[in-house]
Amino acid sequence: MDFLQLPPDLAGPALWLPLVWAGIIALAVAMYVLLDGFDLGIGILFTAAESENWRDRMMLSVAPVWDFNETWLILGGAGLFAVFHVAYAVLMPALYVPILLMLIALVFRGVAFEFRFKAERSKHLWDKSFHYGSLVATFSQGVVLGTFVQGFQTDGRQFTGHTWDFLTPFSVMTGLALIAGYGLLGSTWLIMKTSGELELWARRMAQRFLLATLAAMGVVSLWVPFLATDLRERWFTLPNLLYLLPVPAMTALVAALLWRAVDRNARYRAFFLAMALFLLGYLGLGVSLFPNIVPPGITIWEAANTPSSQMFTLVGFSFALPATLAYTVYAYWVFRGQVAEDIEPGGYH
Amino acid sequence: MDLDAVLLARIQFGFTIAFHIIFPSFTIGLASWLVLLEAQWLRTGNALYRNLFRFWSKVFAVSFGLGVVSGIVMSYQFGTNWSGYAEFTGNILGPVIAYEVITAFFLEAAFLGIMLFGWERVGNGLHFVATCAVALGTLLSSFWITAANSWMQTPAGYAIEDGVAVPVDWWLIVFNPSFPNRYMHLITGMYLTTAFAIAGMSAYMLLRARRQGDAPVRIEGARRSMSMALWFAAIFAPVQIVLGDLQGLAVLDQQPTKLAAIEANWETQRGVPLVLFAWPDQEAQENRWEVAIPRLGSLILAHDLDGEIPGLRDVPRDRQPPVLPVFFSFRIMVGLGFLMLGVAAWSLWLRWKGRLFDSPAFLWTCFAMTPSGIAAVVFGWFTAEIGRQPWVVYGLLHRDQAVSPSVEAPTVLASLVAFVVVYGIVFGFGTYYLFKLLRRGPDPVEVVEGEDVARKPKRPFSMSSEGLEGPPGHRADHPAE
Repeated sequence: MDFLQLPPDLAGPALWLPLVWAGIIALAVAMYVLLDGFDLGIGILFTAAESENWRDRMMLSVAPVWDFNETWLILGGAGLFAVFHVAYAVLMPALYVPILLMLIALVFRGVAFEFRFKAERSKHLWDKSFHYGSLVATFSQGVVLGTFVQGFQTDGRQFTGHTWDFLTPFSVMTGLALIAGYGLLGSTWLIMKTSGELELWARRMAQRFLLATLAAMGVVSLWVPFLATDLRERWFTLPNLLYLLPVPAMTALVAALLWRAVDRNARYRAFFLAMALFLLGYLGLGVSLFPNIVPPGITIWEAANTPSSQMFTLVGFSFALPATLAYTVYAYWVFRGQVAEDIEPGGYH
Repeated sequence: MDLDAVLLARIQFGFTIAFHIIFPSFTIGLASWLVLLEAQWLRTGNALYRNLFRFWSKVFAVSFGLGVVSGIVMSYQFGTNWSGYAEFTGNILGPVIAYEVITAFFLEAAFLGIMLFGWERVGNGLHFVATCAVALGTLLSSFWITAANSWMQTPAGYAIEDGVAVPVDWWLIVFNPSFPNRYMHLITGMYLTTAFAIAGMSAYMLLRARRQGDAPVRIEGARRSMSMALWFAAIFAPVQIVLGDLQGLAVLDQQPTKLAAIEANWETQRGVPLVLFAWPDQEAQENRWEVAIPRLGSLILAHDLDGEIPGLRDVPRDRQPPVLPVFFSFRIMVGLGFLMLGVAAWSLWLRWKGRLFDSPAFLWTCFAMTPSGIAAVVFGWFTAEIGRQPWVVYGLLHRDQAVSPSVEAPTVLASLVAFVVVYGIVFGFGTYYLFKLLRRGPDPVEVVEGEDVARKPKRPFSMSSEGLEGPPGHRADHPAE
């Protein structure tokens, strides 16, 4: 099991609790990326929509679930603080600027939901607020992702780098890549949730964003070995290469199926395949980073809170997390089906 | 990190949290209020209650949205500016805050969608469950967050290992000495906030209707809201004064320096006067222009004319909180509390006379009191938080150790300016749209009488309900394979 790189000096709860928690946090981040990903994607597509009616329907398709989706982001922050507070204390100052940008962008797009439907003359203002808020939030999240791959300069439990270390051509590239990816999620969501001309438009958009996403994934994958990290070793040596080869192969397969699904009018399949594509990218990232939580210097065991804190939180989570997942499914089930094509002006909740 | 950055980080945290707390303090009471309205509608079948529910849930949605977005900022700010704090308290407060997210936020956020958009889809019973879940979520959320904050005031159940706090007894951590009192005080404050906000907004609608000569049916909703809200106020305003008094006794016991700052009492002594007004001069360590009533301070604070009250000079200057803001914040909070009591008493008198909606002076007073509860909550927090200075965790963690060492003053300043500008814009528009809603008011009953919930003429948000197959006549969903 040297692939897992378990620390030899730990045993019992101190060994397995951080593993369980790394799994839970990874799940929370995945839920966030998949769920808020599509509603941020709606924002990315928003100003390209051809009419006011389209924009109304696009927004209504996510209005009942967006704040729930965003709550997974709060769980990511709070979960990190709860079980890996060393990582939290290192990452937040290191990611100060992109996180700040993301938060401010999320404020603008979040209030747009309520304000837009109450506005008349200022409606176009909230269209822009929603669009640029989504765009900047997505870009910032992509930059955060790229910074993770690059690694952080640390000494013991402190971040020793500079505020602007995060900003590199590579992190800008991952920022753009995520815009393409969320655009894909958003457009496949629209295929599922809308009908008529809007749905046809969403299909065209989905194909464009799929090509952009694949191109971005390719560029990032080729770029990574040239970064000054140990990732080249991790991916391109035997026997790791053999274990890892299925990841890019699966990615190619899913991408091909997704293209067909969009092309051949499958309504639900496109969205789920787009999510699968994301999960594969996410898996690749996980393989690249594990077991570091602050790459390259701090592992999940070094960053973990005391076992008592992890256990106390785990007791609650083992009830609450399944319940949360259950009412996630329920809430989506309640709002299943397509948004009606005729929306009354000013009609919201 | 130099001193300027510490001050800027403090101002930033104070600003973002004071802004954030406005929305929970309003929505927590409002959620319970919505439960009450929906229960009344289900029980009596009077459509007035359903329309009121629809109306106030729109107000709720605007405030809740603002609360969510400003709350996300908080959960990251502990780390960005205050990584020393995150490291010191992470083992203890991390789990407490995670519990807030997992028990409260998800409950609120998941069922909020159903509450606002799903009535036609889930039916009355499940919709009521959703409304109750949202209300429960708001109460749980404040439970955990007050537990975390109270631990910072009166830390308990911990040990210090390798320079950070580690948990020893979780029960003592959550139910730390100051928590039960502070939670009651806060929840009551939030209920009062909502009561006065609803009464004030209803008074605004009634005053507007008066000027425009609206038909009685159009203002029935505003009247009913105002009447119910003022019953709330009449019950909770006196309760809050008793709870506030208990809180004072607790602070005397648990945080004597904070109490000394609240009272601007410099010398430890028996039979201290009650300072009505003064200008505390921290430089000279004494009060200027003091107006005080002899011995009354001891009576109120210790419930004994001869009670001993601690003085600020007992602790070195660099361990004293800034007296001026604590002293005045406290007096503003208490002043507002008694003002609320007065308005509540006035409402009972008018109600007894049967003239609750007829006195323009009273309506204007109610309108003016709209933000009174919010202001009292914010000034109460100022008292509690500034009174804890210079400690972040009372007696354990000094603020100079709590800030992020790598973050520099220009970064903090830039982000502070960004938050002030953004929140200014957002709050401005939020208030504007809120008043737009109020000008329209709740739908009058006659328009929808006899209509089924599922068949409202103004269907606010309609999605086709044909389910997974898509509407008839729609292009069929051909699987690719």
